[in-house]
Amino acid sequence: MDFLTLTEEERSALLLSLRVSTVATLASLPAGILVAYLLARGRFHGRALLNILVHLPLVLPPVVTGFVLLILFGRRGPIGAFLAEHFGLVFSFRWTGAALAAAVMGFPLMVRAIRLSIEAVDRRIEAAAGTLGASRIAVFLTITLPLILPGILAGAVLGFAKAMGEFGATITFVSNIPGETRTLPAAIYTFTQVPGGDWNAMRLTIISVVVSVAALAISEWLARRVARRIEAG
Amino acid sequence: MLDVAIRHRLGAFDLAAGFTAAGGVTALFGRSGSGKTTLVNAIAGLLRPDAGRIVIGGVPVFDGAARLFVPKHRRRIGYVFQDARLFPHLNVRQNLAYGRWFAPRGAGDGIGFDAVVEMLGIGHLLARRPAGLSGGETQRVAIGRALLSRPKLLLMDEPLAALDDARKAEILPFLERLRDATTVPVVYVSHSLAEVARLATRVVVMEAGRVVAEGTVGDVLARPGLGARAGRAEAGTLLVASVLSHDAAHGLTTVDSPAGRLIVPGVAGRPGAAVRLHVPARDVMIATGPAPEGLSALNILPGTVAEIGAAAGGSVEVRIACGSGFLLSRVTQFSASRLGLAPGLAVHAIVKSVALAE
Repeated sequence: MDFLTLTEEERSALLLSLRVSTVATLASLPAGILVAYLLARGRFHGRALLNILVHLPLVLPPVVTGFVLLILFGRRGPIGAFLAEHFGLVFSFRWTGAALAAAVMGFPLMVRAIRLSIEAVDRRIEAAAGTLGASRIAVFLTITLPLILPGILAGAVLGFAKAMGEFGATITFVSNIPGETRTLPAAIYTFTQVPGGDWNAMRLTIISVVVSVAALAISEWLARRVARRIEAG
Repeated sequence: MLDVAIRHRLGAFDLAAGFTAAGGVTALFGRSGSGKTTLVNAIAGLLRPDAGRIVIGGVPVFDGAARLFVPKHRRRIGYVFQDARLFPHLNVRQNLAYGRWFAPRGAGDGIGFDAVVEMLGIGHLLARRPAGLSGGETQRVAIGRALLSRPKLLLMDEPLAALDDARKAEILPFLERLRDATTVPVVYVSHSLAEVARLATRVVVMEAGRVVAEGTVGDVLARPGLGARAGRAEAGTLLVASVLSHDAAHGLTTVDSPAGRLIVPGVAGRPGAAVRLHVPARDVMIATGPAPEGLSALNILPGTVAEIGAAAGGSVEVRIACGSGFLLSRVTQFSASRLGLAPGLAVHAIVKSVALAE
């Protein structure tokens, strides 16, 4: 049974990763939907720029993203100082910082999935809702949003999976503090740096795989349920 | 109730059209690409015309000069699209209720949910989702959905065009019921003369972005050349007649029409009932001189030539004044000149076939 019992260290890393990923996903989802909608439908100056900005974390080395976050959201960073002073929200060397890093890194994947589903929505159906008296916001809430639910789910799961695996930006931004910012990948990395830590690293790796596969399975099941609701007679 | 006059350019296509519609069904008639849908989309607010004015129920919803453009969701227009556009994630009941949800409460409640469901015969579909409906059922739900949004005006853009003949025949009676049951004015876009003849009270004929004829259905459909405008050879005369008597033994009905007394195959309506008859122009022959005898045709009506249309493809359409109405006849150019047809000439119209419009 010892084999299945997690050590305090392992449990802490797992729970922290789950918390960081969940918060990162849920907190960035509204922004993800908004940005995806703007990119899919918006006709404004700077749309191309926004597109590049959103995709930057995907193409930049994670260390660079983490460093930029450190500069902007660190205690003395322009945004970090402002948030700490007015909202008491501190990111540097806290689990919240890990969540921020995870959210930023997962954001392009999330936006991409949602954007694709918005582009697949039949705009003629939205126009029909408009002629029936629904304002643009009402059309979005009653027609667009339900129709893109599978895409939102897919985007959320991608973001969550990315957050679970995020390492480079996190460790650069908020370091590797046990119980605070030592997520699963950071814990695995730490074990590989310690003589005789390979066994623990392997156990955590298996846990990582199980969590990721479970997330994927749940999302598949949910997406299929939603699709069936739309297509069934 | 509706007053439209707009101008809109779409690439090389130039729409400059206007018409008015009061109660009843106003048909927008013309071949594909004549600008009917563009005009209807402008009325609904789905596109913004370059210039002009649109007034619905006394309220301006578009005025190019005054830079007024009321967005589609505040125009209170029921739009039945050719492709129905039901909401796939909602069941039939929710689809029907969608428009009502946004309609202003209180005054002018219009037709009720149950009445619409009953009139369209969709009570058994309420729990179903659109993906499981047949084409005819889908279109009936779409009509109900538009009707239940308490519209000030109902727009129907070729609601039957995507359906086969059997489905069309299934829906037409519902549309007739709708026309007779509601006070909401209807603009009905169609390129089918048969649908227009059966449903419309007024007809607006469009061609290449312009309105080329406008008037009551009997008047417009009897004008020479309409067949060419429809892009097919189905021009004819529409007559609203009343049933006089039946001859069940021979399966014939005698009716009184503005053009005179006619014997029609089939038994329809009780005596006194109003029926619509369609007389194809190609099935009306013209005889000069005394009334011809020894013909198999049952209906021979005296009249005078009122108008001779422009020649098209070797034939001409001749409008004959019969009784208090008109009959449209298509004869070859050669026959017309051989008989010396000219306005005012007394002739006999020999009707080879006449059908109840349905």
